[in-house]
Amino acid sequence: MKILVTVKRVIDYAVKIRVKPDKSGVETQNVKMSMNPFCEIALEEALRIKEAGLASEVVAVSMGSAQCVDTLRTGLAMGADRGIHVEATGALYPLTVAKVLKALVEVEKPQLIIVGKQAIDDDCNQTGQMVAGLLGWPQGTFASKVLLDKDKQLATVEREVDGGLETLCLDLPAVITTDLRLNQPRYATLPNIMKAKSKVVKKYTPQELNVEIKSDLEVIDVTEPPKRKAGVIVSSVDVLIDKLKNEAHVI
Amino acid sequence: MAMLTAFRTTTLPRFSSSIFASRLVSTLVVAEHEGGSIKGSSVSAVEAAKALGDGNSISVLLAGSGPSLQEAAAHAASCHPSISQVLVADSDKFTHSLAEPWAGLVHIVQQKGGYSHIIAAANSFGKNILPRAAALLDVSPITDVINIFGSSQFVRPIYAGNALCTVRYTGSSPCMLTIRSTSFPVPAVSANSRSNEAPISQVDLSTFGEDSVGKSRYVQHTSQDTERPDLGSARVVVTGGRGLKSAENFKMMEKLAEKLGAAVGATRAAVDAGFVPNDLQVGQTGKIVAPELYMAFGVSGAIQHIAGMRDSRVIVAVNKDSDAPIFQVADYGLVGDLFEVIPELLEKLPEKK
Repeated sequence: MKILVTVKRVIDYAVKIRVKPDKSGVETQNVKMSMNPFCEIALEEALRIKEAGLASEVVAVSMGSAQCVDTLRTGLAMGADRGIHVEATGALYPLTVAKVLKALVEVEKPQLIIVGKQAIDDDCNQTGQMVAGLLGWPQGTFASKVLLDKDKQLATVEREVDGGLETLCLDLPAVITTDLRLNQPRYATLPNIMKAKSKVVKKYTPQELNVEIKSDLEVIDVTEPPKRKAGVIVSSVDVLIDKLKNEAHVI
Repeated sequence: MAMLTAFRTTTLPRFSSSIFASRLVSTLVVAEHEGGSIKGSSVSAVEAAKALGDGNSISVLLAGSGPSLQEAAAHAASCHPSISQVLVADSDKFTHSLAEPWAGLVHIVQQKGGYSHIIAAANSFGKNILPRAAALLDVSPITDVINIFGSSQFVRPIYAGNALCTVRYTGSSPCMLTIRSTSFPVPAVSANSRSNEAPISQVDLSTFGEDSVGKSRYVQHTSQDTERPDLGSARVVVTGGRGLKSAENFKMMEKLAEKLGAAVGATRAAVDAGFVPNDLQVGQTGKIVAPELYMAFGVSGAIQHIAGMRDSRVIVAVNKDSDAPIFQVADYGLVGDLFEVIPELLEKLPEKK
């Protein structure tokens, strides 16, 4: 069984982003970029499934500019067997990404797709659900636990939902999106980083996959959120209670 | 460049509203119900739908099976004066809110109703179902909308709420949105209104495609203790972070919550350390809250946490470290040991009426 995992290159989660003065977007020049944290978790899960003898190959996919290959190399260094880079310029919205993934499924024939539940830049939380919909595959979103039954071709997925946890049983092939608590991703070791350099990254263009890059969304502007006005440091619990009661009127 | 910016921000909104003003707006609200009534977050979605345009005809779609569905439909019919129709899909396929049958349902209801907009709340139900349905309809959905300008322009947070993005939907119908419930509070007047009772009709399921239905099956649900108010809609939230040090100490937070009639929240650090279950997590990847009063104890204030609570009306932070970033967003900060502050608060806070 083959597993397809997507890895997105995003601004590192610890970076405090800056909105461009012309409001066209967020400054990405000279900013530290990393693999989206949820994608790391997705890849880690795929690797664990392979290490448990339940999968034969883990293929990492990334879409976007030429630098996405760096993100793919990170994935290969973690343990992915090979990479696929779909080179595209301009804004890629989840609908397009899902269509590209669907086209890759026809080429690669994986039994399982694992993606992060959301990218921490656009915060969309859509791609996994959309590719599942396009393929007509079942989906297990926001997974915090995944159990595979290879013989029965089933995946049991525990999901993080409002108010608790929900367990679903999915027929394979299926799409799983990962929540933070699914696992703790590994670090790539230096020998593995060296080894990753010789692993294959296959390139595609959207045209080769017969997917048109277009969008039905247009960004009008990107602005900074309103700033909260400066607060005060109070000296004691008594002052705090007094302020909450008589100034803020919240208790 | 400055001219271009001015053009972008001022001319386009007027331009777009004039195109769409003449078109009829009709909205399908994909609603969730529990225990015989429609959920508050779904009523917020109705409230959001009102902002799409005057004369918007709003239909609410409920699905499930059994008597609790019928009760919920009756409740939906009178829960908001703007609802003009309640559609009910009664089938055991919808007993659990699985994405596969639900997306198929939204698809057939859209084919029949030709809605201009489809809205759901941006919670685990809406985020699971709506994008799948959007893929079936070949349109781009818009997640977690916090502001609506006319029928095609929307504001949503990106980068954990550190930037706000205004997007215009230029595609074909339907335009699909999930909305942030706390940004569309329902006025008490409309919540209690019984004056208008919307008609209830059954969805014809004869054309319901069975394609991917049955490929996923519900196994079980483990729910957390729900004695306290719901985190998403509580008026007061008290949150503990790593500074609480143990699950045992988190009991203090529960006592404090009881005294304030508050919901208890937690940071990712507190959840990962096993102090509390993960559905209490507030932040970019957890719940987004906007209570009247948010009190953070032993919370440093990481970007991802702030994303989940920055819209609270009054923020109080108690932390030993006077440099903690949480103090930059707090209205009232108290630098001190929470193990001394919380007992003192418990003692001195006025009794809840």
